[in-house]
Amino acid sequence: MWYELSQKFIYNFVGLEGKLADAGHFFIYDTIKIWFLLITIIFAVSFLRTWVNTEYVRAHLQGKSTLYGHVAAAGFGIITPFCSCSAIPLFLGFIQARIPIGVTFSYLISAPMNNEIAIAMLFGLFGWKVTSLYIGFGLTVAVLGGWFIGKLKLEKEILMDVKPLDTELQATLVHLTFQERVKEAWSYSFDIFKKIYLYVLLGVGIGAWIHGYIPTDFIARYTGEGNPFAVIIAVLMGIPMYSNAAGVMPLVEVLTAKGMLLGTALSFMMAVTALSLPEALILKKIISLKLIGIFFAIVGSGIITIGYVFNFIL
Amino acid sequence: MKIEILGTGCAKCTSLENAVKQAVAKSGKFIQIEKVDDIMKIMEYQVVSTPGLVIDSKVVSTGKVLSVDEVLAFINA
Repeated sequence: MWYELSQKFIYNFVGLEGKLADAGHFFIYDTIKIWFLLITIIFAVSFLRTWVNTEYVRAHLQGKSTLYGHVAAAGFGIITPFCSCSAIPLFLGFIQARIPIGVTFSYLISAPMNNEIAIAMLFGLFGWKVTSLYIGFGLTVAVLGGWFIGKLKLEKEILMDVKPLDTELQATLVHLTFQERVKEAWSYSFDIFKKIYLYVLLGVGIGAWIHGYIPTDFIARYTGEGNPFAVIIAVLMGIPMYSNAAGVMPLVEVLTAKGMLLGTALSFMMAVTALSLPEALILKKIISLKLIGIFFAIVGSGIITIGYVFNFIL
Repeated sequence: MKIEILGTGCAKCTSLENAVKQAVAKSGKFIQIEKVDDIMKIMEYQVVSTPGLVIDSKVVSTGKVLSVDEVLAFINA
């Protein structure tokens, strides 16, 4: 419906033709579609979140087997909110509850990667198949990456002395009425939307311009099969773009439509969300540079491997 | 009554602190407000997601920026 409406508006009402019309139509259609999906999906995710908070996750993971811990930590990463400003209390709090460092990293990798904005944008732009691939691969990197870091015995790289808790934490879900949950989810979605709608507009705008003006073979040559280093470059470029996931993803969609390989696109988007410089700077206060380096190297190579494997299979 | 805001200096923690100040002013009560940014003290409260809100040594909210009315409801509870 939106598609026809915006098409009519551009071609008949404004009376544009040719490339400018293509770009304009694409811009209006995509912006409205993504705004709508963003609000819907963020609302759904934040509604689910009103039951579980990070304190619950910590209590749940305390004293569990390592294997279960990695899988559960990665899974909880999808439904709990994560803000890099909370990284320090989270990290130390997990260590305090004697949760193994590897399991803590599984959570720290999964939580920012599977954030609600990334999932909503992916779903709106690429559909459920690519979204499930993204989440599935994200969980794999989180479980394996965390497991690997745990194997390296890096406990001494934690710069702060944390006294372990000797008590058993109680895992209690958050008690709220249905109305309170709806209200909280709604105000959270609205807050997020206010923060990112301009980035979406900008991203879709540049995307629309590429869509209308940049020739396909140009993009395919640099980001498609013609460039064997595309995945690595994509991951390196993704690291400084953390806060702009909402603006970056519309660009990736256009590039994919014009010949960028899907594996390269997935790697890029994972790098944007999972490897963030601000988070690294915050963590530097409590863990050594060496551990941060290992963390980035393991997650980075995991993401790069996924990109290449995916490009190779498809 | 004493209200503590737990947080290590992020934007959300400042927003919560402002909401608390407004709520206290609205309530008209004499309430002591303290910003806690020492990570060790935050951990003693068993809080792992900031900002946290503590009223008379009891954690009432974690990981959320509450509205002025929500804080006010806690004060009057």
